[in-house]
Amino acid sequence: MALILKLHTQPDVPLEADCICPDKFAQLSLQQVEQLPVFHGNRQVALGDFFHCSGDNDGHIQIEGDISKLKHIGSMMSFGSIRISGSVGVHTGAAMSGGEIIIEGDADDWLGPEMLGGRIVVKGNAGHMVGSGYRGSTVGMQGGEILVLGNVKNETGHVMRRGLIAVNGNAGDFTGVNMLAGNIFVFGEMGIRTGAGMKRGSIVSQTEPQMLPTFSYACRYRPVFLTHYLSYLVESGFSIDPDMTRGEFERWCGDSVELNRGEILFYTGK
Amino acid sequence: MKIKATEIVDTFAEAFKMYGTRVIITAETKAWAMAAAQSITGFATSVIGCKCEAGIEQEISADSSPDGRPGVSVLLFAMDADSVGKRLVERIGQCVMTCPTTACYSGLKSEHSVNVGGQLRYFGDGFQISKLLNDKRHWRIPVMDGEFVIDDQFHVQESVGGGNILILGKTQKAALNAANAAVKAMRQLPDIILPFPNGVVRSGSKVGSRYKSLIASTNDAYCPTLRSVSKKTELDKDINCVLEIVIDGLNLEAVETAMRVGIESAIKPGIKQISAGNYGGGLGQYQIQLHELLPQAQ
Repeated sequence: MALILKLHTQPDVPLEADCICPDKFAQLSLQQVEQLPVFHGNRQVALGDFFHCSGDNDGHIQIEGDISKLKHIGSMMSFGSIRISGSVGVHTGAAMSGGEIIIEGDADDWLGPEMLGGRIVVKGNAGHMVGSGYRGSTVGMQGGEILVLGNVKNETGHVMRRGLIAVNGNAGDFTGVNMLAGNIFVFGEMGIRTGAGMKRGSIVSQTEPQMLPTFSYACRYRPVFLTHYLSYLVESGFSIDPDMTRGEFERWCGDSVELNRGEILFYTGK
Repeated sequence: MKIKATEIVDTFAEAFKMYGTRVIITAETKAWAMAAAQSITGFATSVIGCKCEAGIEQEISADSSPDGRPGVSVLLFAMDADSVGKRLVERIGQCVMTCPTTACYSGLKSEHSVNVGGQLRYFGDGFQISKLLNDKRHWRIPVMDGEFVIDDQFHVQESVGGGNILILGKTQKAALNAANAAVKAMRQLPDIILPFPNGVVRSGSKVGSRYKSLIASTNDAYCPTLRSVSKKTELDKDINCVLEIVIDGLNLEAVETAMRVGIESAIKPGIKQISAGNYGGGLGQYQIQLHELLPQAQ
């Protein structure tokens, strides 16, 4: 049985709750968990001012209630799990290195920024900057996976170096901007300027993105490696056209303003 | 022990500890996968001369293959784990990567692994791409028909090599019929291979030779043409052909099962005895007693 945090008071302003993390709950009693500090706006208060705490502190946390005003949940997390029954605020899973965060609702901007490992699953939509680097950072996501069953907004995977971001719905603009390596899958529509400035890495799209002039057409072929990813994503709850595993893709190389070692693969049909 | 008219000699097969791996080769069609599998298992009958022993284990349907395409699984054995790795790099590089549409995956899970894709990737001349999914790395090596996909690591486990049965027939025809029947039955079994041509070897060997440069030489005790001159002959006067089936397996149980199935299938008219090859028990780590394989017949 998990440790259950039940929201009893909705915060008026964003609540910085980076203490909600299995690493920071480790070895604490329920009373001690409720006394952990959080910032309500610019005022330090206790977690218990907003949440009832019950259950077993066994490395698994279940959060009940609308916590879309809570920031930094699961930041620096290295093990265990956090299951969120509703929607969640910004910076969820920032720099996490292990464990799993499951969000039944939507996630706000900056989901899994500079993530090192572990897994985030969003059953709804996510905002801007999924798996990205913070402004000024040269490296974003460096491992792990972020799976979004809905849509995402702009700059998904900005400066990501390693790992997997998969979006079952649509993506906004600048997907994979300045990407260093790693994998981004989008099964809906792409916004504009996909892969701008990418050095290496793979952006895979079910639909034809608007290609930048600095990308060059390579060939049309069947990438065998994609079958591993597609079957993995189907197992993870994605609904994917089964013909994709047997279908052909166009390969475009870019971005030639950078290393030109990146690729955009888009599905062209059976 | 006698089953029908065939005597099961009270002896044992002397088998050895080896290291083995399973390689899964997939391709656009079963025919291309099989072409690569036949190529990688060529010249791999005996570690004595080929540095490894390899064979085709079974065909794999598209539904159960790693990438949804038809495949073939191959087992390869050598005397140590490093040797397995070296042979895999050589053979996958020359026989699988070269074969159109193929991909190559490790088909075992064990504690030990050897770096194969991580070495073959250099063929990509810097254009190779690494992918890491679920803590498993594989490589995409650009080739002229697209990409060759190969696992970075191939798992290797302790295995058993040199399980064997000897089929002693009154005629060559009878021995061939019995050997064919045994091979057909044994090839239905998982986790084993029969590394010799069509599963059968006629040039069984003994340890050593009168020539110093040879570590093995003809097994004169079982050569019908030497019955009257070899002091070690094991052949009765009415035995005119001996064929051996060698079995390598991923574990002892698989080898024993294959030997049992092979013996039962080889009991046919014209087969006077079924025996096994050994070196007196002083070399191999395993002694597989024929009579213990067939307890119900005793």
